[in-house]
Amino acid sequence: MSASKKGPRIQLDPAQRLQLENIQRRNFLRGGLTVGAMAMLSGCNLQDGDQVDRVLWAMSRWNDRVQAWLFSGQRLAPTFSKAQMTQPFPFNAYYGQDDIPEVDLSDYALSVSGRVRDKSPWTLDGLRKLPQRTDITRLVCVEGWSAIGQWGGVPLRIFLEHIGADTTAKYVGFKCADRYYSSLDMATALHPQTLLALDYGEVALPPEYGYPLRLRVPTKLGFKNPKHIVEIYVSNDNPGGYWEDQGYNWFSGI
Amino acid sequence: MKNTRIHSWPIRLMHWLNALCMVCMFMSGWAIYNASPLFGFRFPAELTVGGWLGGSLAWHFAFMWLLAINGLAYVLHGLLSRHFQRDLLPVSPRAVARDMSAALRLKLVHEKGVYNAVQRLMYWLVLAAGVLIVLSGLAIWKPIQLQQLTAMFGGYDAARYVHFAAMAAIGAFVVVHLVLVLLVPKTLLPMITGGTRPIRIGDRQA
Repeated sequence: MSASKKGPRIQLDPAQRLQLENIQRRNFLRGGLTVGAMAMLSGCNLQDGDQVDRVLWAMSRWNDRVQAWLFSGQRLAPTFSKAQMTQPFPFNAYYGQDDIPEVDLSDYALSVSGRVRDKSPWTLDGLRKLPQRTDITRLVCVEGWSAIGQWGGVPLRIFLEHIGADTTAKYVGFKCADRYYSSLDMATALHPQTLLALDYGEVALPPEYGYPLRLRVPTKLGFKNPKHIVEIYVSNDNPGGYWEDQGYNWFSGI
Repeated sequence: MKNTRIHSWPIRLMHWLNALCMVCMFMSGWAIYNASPLFGFRFPAELTVGGWLGGSLAWHFAFMWLLAINGLAYVLHGLLSRHFQRDLLPVSPRAVARDMSAALRLKLVHEKGVYNAVQRLMYWLVLAAGVLIVLSGLAIWKPIQLQQLTAMFGGYDAARYVHFAAMAAIGAFVVVHLVLVLLVPKTLLPMITGGTRPIRIGDRQA
């Protein structure tokens, strides 16, 4: 390609031209170096505690605040028809299907602790006697895939009211039989579609979907829907979560 | 004859900030794609950043802010400084056809500080892809809080494909952009130093 023929041109002698070309080449190499620097940074993974990790963690806390601000306690997740349900609904956990925990249903009890008036444990029958709600909603996984399923159970808000929870507290924490744990902000815990699910489809939760009790929060990513819940507590200290403490964004609202 | 900068300092600053953001967004985005591929392939791990899904998501959701703020500043600057109007308009189909045919015959002359019609069209298209990738990204990030936006893309799953397609379009632009810089290396230096060219009609007088 030739240079412009319009306008005045600075005439360079061959030595100057060579020098200019070298400068251009050097700058080009520098551009390459930034990509190389990126490759070196690609080890930064939220788990080394280095400078970049600290910035990423700080940004994640900032994103928690933005998402809490974006969240509406009234806006409902879209619901679907039975025909739109994903068949079969995928199994997903931090372990394989062979390691699903065994829960003895005959002496199962849900513990309650923290900032609540009544800390007596709950049986499954007791939970079934509370008002129930069923929704067919989309579960969005942090990995990107999604699946539509039907969950039924007690709205968490109703349960929290029954145990006299301090709903001005910031967090609701969940502990599970498979040593999984997670937590919600209070606004999400009080959302009408946030359920303590007892049923999947028309039947009681089967082992692979989190029997006997799981959380179903259509306004959060899938990993914020803990299964095999054995304890619920209300707290002003962020209880974190199994994945959240490793680096998945804590709020993870959708 | 008076000279003026080919690229003003705000344009240069935003160009390189954008380049950094794009590298981070591409590399982290490919890692996120790999967690649940839409098509029958995965991106090589060497081209990703973050180490694991949680790390890659953290990169993506950190750099999206810099990308969005920089992009917004660029659009505002482009409108207020009349950069869009002065340097990227007009783009007539006839001029695009003329310059495209000249370029393919390797007869298109690079006029210092002036974008030819094909370049102008490319910049408008990549700007449109930029808007699309931000909107589809928001639709994937907040399919419930921003459900009208997600519905506009045909739902959550469709929005993922749109986000990927916009990424591919921007990626293709970057490839062509870099090939052109290699073919006409003298265009690189002005994006760093600002460069100089003669003042012409339509320039804002400083």
